[in-house]
Amino acid sequence: MKPAPLSYARASDVGHALALWREAGPDARILAGGQSLLAGLNLRLAEVDGLIDISRIASLRTIDLVGDTLRIGALTRHADLERSDLVALHAPALAQAAPLIAHPAIRTRGTIGGSLAYADPAAELPACMLALDAVIVAQGDGGERRIAARDFFTGVFETGLEPFELLIAVEIPVLRPGRAQAVRELARRSGDYAMAGLVAAADVTPAGLRDVRLAYFGVGGSPVLARAAMAALDAGRPVAEAEAALDDDLDPSDDLQASAAMKRHLAKVLLRRVLADLTGTEQGRPA
Amino acid sequence: MTGSFSSHVEITLRVNGEPVTARVEARRHLIDFLRLDLGLTGSHAGCEHGVCGACTLRVDGEIVRGCLTLAAQLDGSEVWTIEGLSDSGAIRDLQDAFVARNALQCGFCTPGMLAACAELLDHNADPSRDDIREHISGNYCRCTGYEAIVDAVAAVAAARRGLARAAE
Repeated sequence: MKPAPLSYARASDVGHALALWREAGPDARILAGGQSLLAGLNLRLAEVDGLIDISRIASLRTIDLVGDTLRIGALTRHADLERSDLVALHAPALAQAAPLIAHPAIRTRGTIGGSLAYADPAAELPACMLALDAVIVAQGDGGERRIAARDFFTGVFETGLEPFELLIAVEIPVLRPGRAQAVRELARRSGDYAMAGLVAAADVTPAGLRDVRLAYFGVGGSPVLARAAMAALDAGRPVAEAEAALDDDLDPSDDLQASAAMKRHLAKVLLRRVLADLTGTEQGRPA
Repeated sequence: MTGSFSSHVEITLRVNGEPVTARVEARRHLIDFLRLDLGLTGSHAGCEHGVCGACTLRVDGEIVRGCLTLAAQLDGSEVWTIEGLSDSGAIRDLQDAFVARNALQCGFCTPGMLAACAELLDHNADPSRDDIREHISGNYCRCTGYEAIVDAVAAVAAARRGLARAAE
């Protein structure tokens, strides 16, 4: 199908985008990479009157190391994350997650800011933000506002962005020495939404994993931190205890990809595999 | 809505190397612009929500979904469709290999499949069969079962490597 008739304006910079948004009203939609929005418009699942195209704002397509923080502009494309040496070095989870997103011809246009603002519960990048303790940077008329990832994803397609606030960047603490990150997902076919996925980070010490972060996606209304499992691993408990704790951490619903029971099972499979990735042990063996 | 917003947008871009200026409906996606406004019917509209890959083509040097790109977004862009890629001879060897290996039957997926395969070969001179399958995972083919397509791409990769060695 085709989109319904719509009104379009191309923003030349962030200030212009915000002015256009005020002019159009709060229901206008921001067009970044468009890889979800345009599909929804084509299917007429969504209808917009005002479409504000920010895709040409070059100053938002950046990857910079600022002190101990990797700052990634909102219009950085998934393909940019795949190719960036800075990302591979300082936020390897993003480099691992990017190739899992859809297909090559979609990763060339889809953007990190679009993915985060859209907040699909099955998407990879929101879970990465949660696992890496990222800060989401939003700009409104009053200036910039910083929102911790744990406060940003509030529900299914819901975020902490206010009306007339544009997501302009994310700031990610760089990977510190001794810390490792890993991403895995289980999907029915390559490029499909995951039945379940996991982004993990931890300090790898001789005594075991410490300061473990486990952010699941595709198993809830938004990305989920598995706090009980994280605590079990931090305390040096056996992996089986962390697996059991996932029963309390996760409350998945049936969806088109998998039943809730299957998602619970897959979450445990993912935990074992990701722990093996973090510690460099053979896949599938207890870490 | 009026003011800064409009239902039609003027764009100037290059399509297959030729300059094009047009006034397009803002809702017009790239595939309809090419097919209905420019008469370039080589790019196929399949699912129109980014799943099937039949509309895959090259914009500013990278493959994109034509159905998930508005023509209005492409002012100043460089678009290459299967017509241009064919006429330029840039993918002649890949097209010949598709024919030789029966890597197409109905042909509906072929323009998008060729665009995707060409990009893989541009970036990876020695792709494994798994690499090839992964790269075309977003391009559906309902005729071939993919095996012949993977054969064709692998054969072209090997032939190009041979040519590159011979040139050294």
